[in-house]
Amino acid sequence: MKTLIKILKDFPWFLWSGWGSIASIFLFFALWDMGNQIYGDLVLPSPKEVLLTVFSLFEQQEFIEDLLLTIKRGIMGFGISLAIGTFFGLIAGYFITASVMSRPIVTILVGIPPIAWIVLAMIWFGFGDMTVMFTVVIASFPIVFVGALQGSRTLEGDLKEMMDSFGLSFWQKCKDLYFPHLFSYLFPSWVSALGMSWKIVIMAELLSANDGIGASLAVARSHLDTPTALALVMTMVGVLLFVEYIILEPIKKEVESWRD
Amino acid sequence: MERLEEKLKVSDLNFYFGFTQILNNINFELKTGEVISIVGPSGGGKTTLLKLCSDLLNVTEGEITNSFSSSAFAFQDARLLPWKTVVENIMLPIIATKKYTTAYKEACEIALRFGLEEKDFIKYPKDLSGGMKQRVNFARALITKPRLLFLDEPFSALDIGLKRELQDFVLKSCKEFSTSVLFITHDLMEAIRLSDKILLLKSDPGEIIKTYTIDEEKNNRDDKFIFTKTQEFLTDCDVINTFEIKAI
Repeated sequence: MKTLIKILKDFPWFLWSGWGSIASIFLFFALWDMGNQIYGDLVLPSPKEVLLTVFSLFEQQEFIEDLLLTIKRGIMGFGISLAIGTFFGLIAGYFITASVMSRPIVTILVGIPPIAWIVLAMIWFGFGDMTVMFTVVIASFPIVFVGALQGSRTLEGDLKEMMDSFGLSFWQKCKDLYFPHLFSYLFPSWVSALGMSWKIVIMAELLSANDGIGASLAVARSHLDTPTALALVMTMVGVLLFVEYIILEPIKKEVESWRD
Repeated sequence: MERLEEKLKVSDLNFYFGFTQILNNINFELKTGEVISIVGPSGGGKTTLLKLCSDLLNVTEGEITNSFSSSAFAFQDARLLPWKTVVENIMLPIIATKKYTTAYKEACEIALRFGLEEKDFIKYPKDLSGGMKQRVNFARALITKPRLLFLDEPFSALDIGLKRELQDFVLKSCKEFSTSVLFITHDLMEAIRLSDKILLLKSDPGEIIKTYTIDEEKNNRDDKFIFTKTQEFLTDCDVINTFEIKAI
């Protein structure tokens, strides 16, 4: 609770510190506009046109439904991989044999490109939700799993011994030692898994669904509608930036203030 | 009256790691208010003996009876929780048993006594110097007002001024709460300054080969006394053999 209040209290300052990032985004827009002036509207529409298309997209009920559907698929896929990745990662880290055995499997899972999973999932589950979520889960699971595994493998015996020397209860050890330590490994892995999920959900939708942002992107491509395609990309990036910088970054800053 | 009978008794203690014998036939007794130091070369099983006495390792052969009502441990490396501030680290042992505000107040008081400043209270261990970490380590161990204190070479990495300051703090606190101390070190001068009894532990396997008693009152042990006594020790053939001191 105290941490939450601190995060909210520091939030205006955090926003104020974002001027540098905003300047670099504007620089990016300027380069983009230069590209537009060189290559013309069909190849690279101007940022202004794309922004106007974004606003017009948000006025369409259909687009909002697609966006919510994509977010729902992304969150569900991410949620499942977070739950099973964390659970199995912690267990695998606890047993040395399991952690040694799981390493090659993780390497294989990371090594298989998500596009291959999409093809397989389309064969197994056909078009629709299941294929998209399966791909998201399978692509982001290894990231969470490795984070949890490293977290539980690196639990320090020295600190546990210190807590034992004061005769502290198992509950207090969980609260003051195990949880903060594991969280410091889990949180960054959850953040990268979330970014991964969001990218994969769009790709999976583009290839294997009739609805969602990814499918809209496929339609825009077939119509050669570059402004809509770029507007969709901008929305996706916008959502990711919002989640990462406005929601996760302040939390990260607060919970990791003890780090070097 | 009951307090007077508190003691730590180690009898016929043997300890093995696998097939290697670490400790052989250890016997000693630590009474209320007494400071005993165990000196010996590094790797001689001193830390193992201390961990056995403090119940951090299980006794397999022999017996250790500990009738002290409470104990605390100060480690060589400070072992602070990196995600907790100075005050939170100090109040760790009492936070479960006392109200937060009481624990916080007590932690601040003892932190000030151990030479920490108020501006340090909200710092994380990453922002502390080695000496400050050690101050927190001692404050955390003594906040419980333990009846028995285990010290595992906590002064070994400190500069001479800070070493003296923290030793004085410990001596004062021990006198105030009549805490008994079991102290391990490889520094003879430190042992002479602080202890009532010194046990000499030879290595491979660890065995107590001699017990020295220092009768001089601790307050009267000035530098001259300590130097003379150290010199005396360094000519003792058991000390020479144990530490493998080569003649120049």
